[in-house]
Amino acid sequence: MILINKDSKIVVQGITGSEGSFHTEQMIAYGTQVVAGVTPGKGGQTAVGDLPIYDTVKEAKDLAGANTSVIFVPPPFAADAIMEAVDAGLDLVICITEGIPTADMVKVNAFMKGKATRLVGPNCPGVISPGTGKVGIMPGFIHQPGKVGVISRSGTLTYEAVHQLSSRGIGQSTCIGIGGDPIIGSNFIDLLKLFNEDEGTDAVVMIGEIGGTAEEEAAEWAKANFTKPIVSFIAGTTAPPGRRMGHAGAIISGGKGTAADKIAALKAAGIAVTESPAGIGELMEAELKKL
Amino acid sequence: MNIHEYQAKEIFRKYEVPVPRGKEAFSVDEALDVAKSLDSNIYVVKAQIHAGGRGKAGGVKIAKNMDEVKSYATEILGKTLVTHQTGPSGKKVGRLLIEEGINIARELYMGIVLDRQTGKFVFMVSTEGGMEIEKVASETPEKIVKEWIDPGLGLQAYQTRKLSRALELTGSQTRSAVKFMFALWEAFKASDASLVEINPLVVTAEDQVMALDAKMNFDDNALYRHPDILAYRDLSEEEPSEVEASKYNLNYIKLDGNVGCMVNGAGLAMGTMDIIKLYGGEPANFLDVGGVANPDTVANGFRIIMSDPNVKAVLINIFGGIVRCDRVAQGIIQALREVKVNVPVVVRLAGTNAEEAAVILDESEMDFIVAHSLAEAAEKVTAAIKE
Repeated sequence: MILINKDSKIVVQGITGSEGSFHTEQMIAYGTQVVAGVTPGKGGQTAVGDLPIYDTVKEAKDLAGANTSVIFVPPPFAADAIMEAVDAGLDLVICITEGIPTADMVKVNAFMKGKATRLVGPNCPGVISPGTGKVGIMPGFIHQPGKVGVISRSGTLTYEAVHQLSSRGIGQSTCIGIGGDPIIGSNFIDLLKLFNEDEGTDAVVMIGEIGGTAEEEAAEWAKANFTKPIVSFIAGTTAPPGRRMGHAGAIISGGKGTAADKIAALKAAGIAVTESPAGIGELMEAELKKL
Repeated sequence: MNIHEYQAKEIFRKYEVPVPRGKEAFSVDEALDVAKSLDSNIYVVKAQIHAGGRGKAGGVKIAKNMDEVKSYATEILGKTLVTHQTGPSGKKVGRLLIEEGINIARELYMGIVLDRQTGKFVFMVSTEGGMEIEKVASETPEKIVKEWIDPGLGLQAYQTRKLSRALELTGSQTRSAVKFMFALWEAFKASDASLVEINPLVVTAEDQVMALDAKMNFDDNALYRHPDILAYRDLSEEEPSEVEASKYNLNYIKLDGNVGCMVNGAGLAMGTMDIIKLYGGEPANFLDVGGVANPDTVANGFRIIMSDPNVKAVLINIFGGIVRCDRVAQGIIQALREVKVNVPVVVRLAGTNAEEAAVILDESEMDFIVAHSLAEAAEKVTAAIKE
């Protein structure tokens, strides 16, 4: 597994909001070690049972031992929340918030340069290492522990893929939603690198969608460097150009970012691509049999 | 969000980006009033629609006198323009921009967009003004010169000089261009734009750099902090059903097919469209009802989908995670009591309590076609169309 393991200690930024408190309960019920919450101005109080609330992420790290943050802060304040968690020196920051202005993420992106903290998201379902810890909003029960990694720009489409894997008895090492925005912290390549090194991962499902060129770059990198099988699906073959398909990053613009280009690049890199979103589990089963 | 050229030029003026004198007009009389106030010997009558390629489609005319302004304004107002960006049905012109004519020495291109690879905004210029920039980018990419803007430092003077040289500007033209670029970057930054494109950017016979055209798009996520820009929204440029859907916070995009679909999550919604096509159908829409598929959102979703007369069947594909499928099933049944749906409805619910949900749907008095997997759902909905 990668990113989330038994040593992950979680602080929830925005724990007193309705989303934050609800999903904190769900994460704890899954067995995740949530150690603290942060809501500026509510330091000293408790939330979701007896979790301590701090005013700052630094206190959550120093006093409660948090090393990983999950962010449910509303969009106008979310970029600042990410920077605070990075400044506090956490290992991993997972931002769930959807709707952060692009210009704010341009700043965050510059701020992250040279820092050791890894960012996942924003606009993502989070990260789960099945059986060990769930940091995000995904339904835990559809997952089962195993040796297939999942990386995806989508939320429910990832659940669909995981469901197909689990129903075939194929468990997952870690599933990561990297987010549907144009600027995100961790991209396919960053996570493929980790899966490449991870002994607990035998193969990876990579789910992309229209917009940008992250899939093309990942295909090129994987061809030269990745040693395990990849199964891929790209959503949006039928999406019209110039329209934002739900996710801020899912848009074909200036002729760039079409599903056809991405599928061609993946295939050229020797990656197994399914044209049907219903065929992900089946294709992975076939790939695993070859090992 | 998109805005009209005349609105983009209003923003330009505010930040002192040079543009020709001119004003919008909603009628022929207004067009004549604007032309008179400009007191020029040549005028440009420009159709205002949210699409490029207006000139080729006959939406931009040069008028030499008031009679010509009148005849061109009469001709263009109300006309439906079909360009490479409007689709085959075209767009009806409801607004004009009347401008003074400019003595053009050279036509250039300038734009600012987000570069997703570096996570920075990038300034782009090209000497190939007046052409389709996508074509220049694919055929002669070396003719587009770029400067990335450091988010901490902002645009630097040396960068504007490099870009000016790339545009082959000299002497006082360079001074004009440098000033122009700083003003443009300010306009872009201050309004949370996601794209600005000036094609053509012109050098006048008097050596001034000026925006003859202006296109701006804005980051929807940032509109909450720009009520002035939100006020530029022109609903007549948008698909009425999409405007209606946005009132219910539904993410709906109308397409040309006949299989309506209702899905939770953007990625799964696109995947559902794709699988409909793969099984021989054509998706009628993209619709993401969001994480919480409750009776209200489902009922509103049905209203929007059924407002499209092309829809011959509907596929509901919900992956219940935190939301339990039995709740979603009850929501669908309740919604169908409120909204009349007279085409086949295929329902596929997966995730939490999916089996209980299938029983609820089966036992209801409604006429659902229940599917248990995504492939089965696609197969059943395309079969329903053919019957």
